[in-house]
Amino acid sequence: MKARNLPILVTLALFLIMFGGGSLAFIGFFSVQNFLNLFIDNSYLLILAVGMTFVIVSGGIDLSVGSVLALSTMVSSSLLAKSHLSPVLVIPIVLAMGTALGLFMGYLIQTFNLPPFIITLAGLYLARGLCYVVSIDTIAITNEFWKGAAHATVNLIGNNFVSPSVFIAVAVVLAGLFVMRYTRFGRNVYAIGGNEQSAVLMGLPVNHTKIAIYALSGFCSALAGIVFTFYTLSGYALHGKGMELDAIATVVIGGTLLTGGVGNLLGTVLGGLVYGIIQVLIVFQGTLNSWWTRIVIGFLVFVFCLLQRIFETGKSAALARERAKQAPKAQASS
Amino acid sequence: MLAWKRLSRSKIIWPLITLGILMLFNLFFTPNFFRIEMLEGHLFGNLIDILKNGAPIMILAIGLTLVIATHGIDISVGSVVAISAGVVAMLIGGDLAGNPKYPIAFAMGAALVACIAAGMWNGMLVSWIGMQPIIATLILFVAGRGIAMVTTNAMVIWLYAKPFALLGQGYLFGLPFSLYIVAFLLLATYLVTRRTAVGMFIEAVGINPKATRFAGINARGILFWCYAFSGLCAGVSGLVVCSTVMSADGNNAGNLAELDAILAVVLGGTSLNGGRFFLLGSMVGALIIQTLTTTIYAFNVAPEIAQVVKALVVYAVSLLQSETFRARVAGMFARREVAA
Amino acid sequence: MAGEEAWGMSESTPILEMRKINKHFPGVKALSDVDFRLFPGEVHAIMGQNGAGKSTLVKVLTGVYKQDSGEMLLEDRPIRPDSPLAAQKLGISTVYQEINLCPNLSVAENIFVGRQPLSLGRIDWGQLNRRAVEALKRLNVSVDVTQMLSSYSIAIQQMVAIVRVLDVSSRILILDEPTSSLDEAEVEQLFKVIRKLRDDGLAILFITHFLDQTYRISDRITILKNGEFVGEYRTETLPKLDLIARMLGKELSEFSFAMAGEDRKKESQKAGQDARSLLAVKDLGLRGAIAPFSLSLDEGDVLGLAGLLGSGRTEMARLIFGIDSANQGEILVKGRKTNIKAPRSAMLAGMGFCSEDRKSEGIFAELTVRENIVLALQGRKGTFRYIPKKKQLEIADELIKSLAIKTPGANNEAGQLSGGNQQKLMLARWLATNPIILILDEPTRGIDVGAKLEIMELILNLSRQGMGVIFISSEFEEVIRCSTRVAVLKDKVKIAELSGEQMSESNIMHTIAGGR
Repeated sequence: MKARNLPILVTLALFLIMFGGGSLAFIGFFSVQNFLNLFIDNSYLLILAVGMTFVIVSGGIDLSVGSVLALSTMVSSSLLAKSHLSPVLVIPIVLAMGTALGLFMGYLIQTFNLPPFIITLAGLYLARGLCYVVSIDTIAITNEFWKGAAHATVNLIGNNFVSPSVFIAVAVVLAGLFVMRYTRFGRNVYAIGGNEQSAVLMGLPVNHTKIAIYALSGFCSALAGIVFTFYTLSGYALHGKGMELDAIATVVIGGTLLTGGVGNLLGTVLGGLVYGIIQVLIVFQGTLNSWWTRIVIGFLVFVFCLLQRIFETGKSAALARERAKQAPKAQASS
Repeated sequence: MLAWKRLSRSKIIWPLITLGILMLFNLFFTPNFFRIEMLEGHLFGNLIDILKNGAPIMILAIGLTLVIATHGIDISVGSVVAISAGVVAMLIGGDLAGNPKYPIAFAMGAALVACIAAGMWNGMLVSWIGMQPIIATLILFVAGRGIAMVTTNAMVIWLYAKPFALLGQGYLFGLPFSLYIVAFLLLATYLVTRRTAVGMFIEAVGINPKATRFAGINARGILFWCYAFSGLCAGVSGLVVCSTVMSADGNNAGNLAELDAILAVVLGGTSLNGGRFFLLGSMVGALIIQTLTTTIYAFNVAPEIAQVVKALVVYAVSLLQSETFRARVAGMFARREVAA
Repeated sequence: MAGEEAWGMSESTPILEMRKINKHFPGVKALSDVDFRLFPGEVHAIMGQNGAGKSTLVKVLTGVYKQDSGEMLLEDRPIRPDSPLAAQKLGISTVYQEINLCPNLSVAENIFVGRQPLSLGRIDWGQLNRRAVEALKRLNVSVDVTQMLSSYSIAIQQMVAIVRVLDVSSRILILDEPTSSLDEAEVEQLFKVIRKLRDDGLAILFITHFLDQTYRISDRITILKNGEFVGEYRTETLPKLDLIARMLGKELSEFSFAMAGEDRKKESQKAGQDARSLLAVKDLGLRGAIAPFSLSLDEGDVLGLAGLLGSGRTEMARLIFGIDSANQGEILVKGRKTNIKAPRSAMLAGMGFCSEDRKSEGIFAELTVRENIVLALQGRKGTFRYIPKKKQLEIADELIKSLAIKTPGANNEAGQLSGGNQQKLMLARWLATNPIILILDEPTRGIDVGAKLEIMELILNLSRQGMGVIFISSEFEEVIRCSTRVAVLKDKVKIAELSGEQMSESNIMHTIAGGR
């Protein structure tokens, strides 16, 4: 039980060390607002990562999320600016579109037994290409509701505030936590990630679950796209470029195994915070160019994967020892 | 008849048919698609362009074919292309008079060494530490572009050293020079894999790594060198890319190239599950991707939209390769016959 | 019923009857007019060689396959399940050989996943865990159900699998090779559970390769051969040798290996004078895997390793072949100290090793038979000293002939071969390297009796030609028939070495029973 939580504790420790280190090194780093900013600046990433956690725990991968995010910024800005549709219509349309894209990819993957890597990779192309079909140029959003969402702040204790996006992200995380822990669907995701063939033979609805997982990831990507436009107030085909990897990195740093079956959304949130604080640290440091973020993230992914490897080999060795001990014990108990 | 039977069972037939259909489409719908002109002793035309523009992906695909045959994947090659371009550009320098800071050969050598080192890093993670390939190469995928940008100080470096342009823009005996690089690498790889036991060992590792080790074969070494070789190929590809545009843009060089290259390999018939590999198939796969792009350009469609078509082709080809899909289609036809 | 010794009128009526079941696959008649009955409160074993149709019959019953003709009656009502799920709903529950559970979920969740108790639309974990404890208690198993499944032994996992498939409506339990990876204590633990379920009135269909276990647990045996029904018998009326003869369709006198045992004892006594030492192991050990052991192997020796599953036989073999590296002791090959740190160095020293896990540690299913055969030889020669294709074919063809490997050709995929022929293929791979020492871990497991005999005969021939062989088998009978000496292992310790007249099944068992 404890061993299972170890990766999350490592991520938590890492975050605390980074936050503490930053607070000691830089004046003005340590503040509640700076902590809240991590959520404000990364809320769309968290939303993407929630969907990605489901996919990765099920043993799959979704490379299309960054592009679907971009497509959803394009479609929403185009519908708002060019078709002058009301946000009440735009938001459901965009969410339905993202879900449909995910549904489509999930259907191909599951029904025809195709590799998720290739199908979602093609999805990456498809969504990015569709962006250009909508428009080659940036589309600015001038809709009042959107502007309101972009500029609104909600005061918390003291003078500290968060943006409405944070509430959306937190709601998504909480809903994700509930689904993963307390619904049959969520548990089926773990079962499929643990051993898909077993899941089939146990009579679990593997087909529907897997298709639903990709649909869910598509939904999260579309929602993240809407949230993203709250920051940029624009739709642009190059938004979210490479963000699929940020999402994957966030999930991995959060302790989810890329082999599937093991993972936790709390870890993913911590992973997102670690991701955010690296960026903040580099900004505070001042002299390093922002591309160091990538190198540091790459390094962290390396460290975490290494830890998981050591953890795995350690566990299988412990298991062998346990088995050796258990055989005579089992005899005695029966 | 027998020849046809053998051919239809061989994996290369599907990519060839795909390429053939594309060509046929162009024959009817793209004017002058097949016209080749001789200008100043160089051949020009759409077909030559396809070969020339496809060269960087073909080079990447050679290395990736071996990696994928081991049941691995290397998603870092695009970033390594950027590193290669960055290193060579830094060492040659942006001198407007075209005087290289260091000798061009040295700069190229250094870039290749850096890329082989990157490949070895991947190989080490996969073979000795035992990480899943997609994760191991994800690390360099993420960090590599950062390394490239830090190398070039996040600036685009323009090169003016003329001799360096040979790789990507030069011609030899009427054909683009980059084609000779592809041919040389392909031939060398073919000889090393098929005229020695390397190919069989690579396939053995891809099918059953444990059994390979138990058969007294150094499976880790094979894995390691496949990734190192993939790094080398990415390096060469980076040199060609850099030479073609005479600039190093760490942000865009090799962007999404890993996806194109992986697609080329898969289109060429090598399974992502490892095992049998087909170098020529991968080349055909790369040509399919490039022909598609060129075709779309010929229709004056915005180049970015080409991605949509590319995606649809991937879906179509993936479906054709899916046994479930083929069985279903066959079943549909069978049912219809019964109904009739 | 069609059996010669058909069990007349039964005291109860069958819960399940399968009548005249036919099933064919392209080119193969898998089942022809097979009858099968299952009674409540009985354990019924289906016996037969590989290819006899056991698994096809079970798959028809569980809805994986549809029969071409014939009918199935469950409590006199015709059934036609079209999926394992449909069969499960009819009360036909199956536990497969590879435990089909999720190692990353808790024991309790494995039992209930897909039908977790809900309250207010959310999973009620407290109730789930309580019910899991109760369900396991019915089988006298008490474990912490909140622990991950992977932290328990295979036997416990097997029981969790049984608990999962059983529910109130279950009337038939099918156990497909449930004991193949259990050690003796675990088998007994499982049998206790099976007997309890039988006494509760469940009809149990038991499939196994182990003859002994069939006799220990089953009440009734149905024998199939080549897809045909041979007969149905009460276990106590069917002597073991009759069972083997009926499975093989051979007369008893045809067992050439029955004589071999006698020869070996004589050879064993003759040997030992002028034979050269091939292998000497001194105090080799690895903490946690196997206690330090010594052994020696001379030219023409077959050293049998006898012990129960988990006794350290495989660990011993892996240590000698360098798969695991020892933390103490030394290995001398032909009298010279040899540093064996990987399978590669063992191979270069002249050893060969056929793993017990053919599928995942031996065969390359998608490579050709030829490539499977020359692989180790090529590895031995070195990557760049390539054996030309023509030469490869020659080597392969020769071994295919001398080992009588049944394959359409050397260039066919190895995955298409039957289990026995794959086993021979692995032998061929090592014979191609011309080893002086061959280590065979369970070469006879999971293959049909005919192939077993051929492999045992092959071992005898190789040793007569001077090769040293280390032979591991769970069947003591086989160990004795092949070996010149037998090392006995128990609980990861080598406890004795028997030779000559001492080599007998009862002696081995007594040695193991007697302790260290």
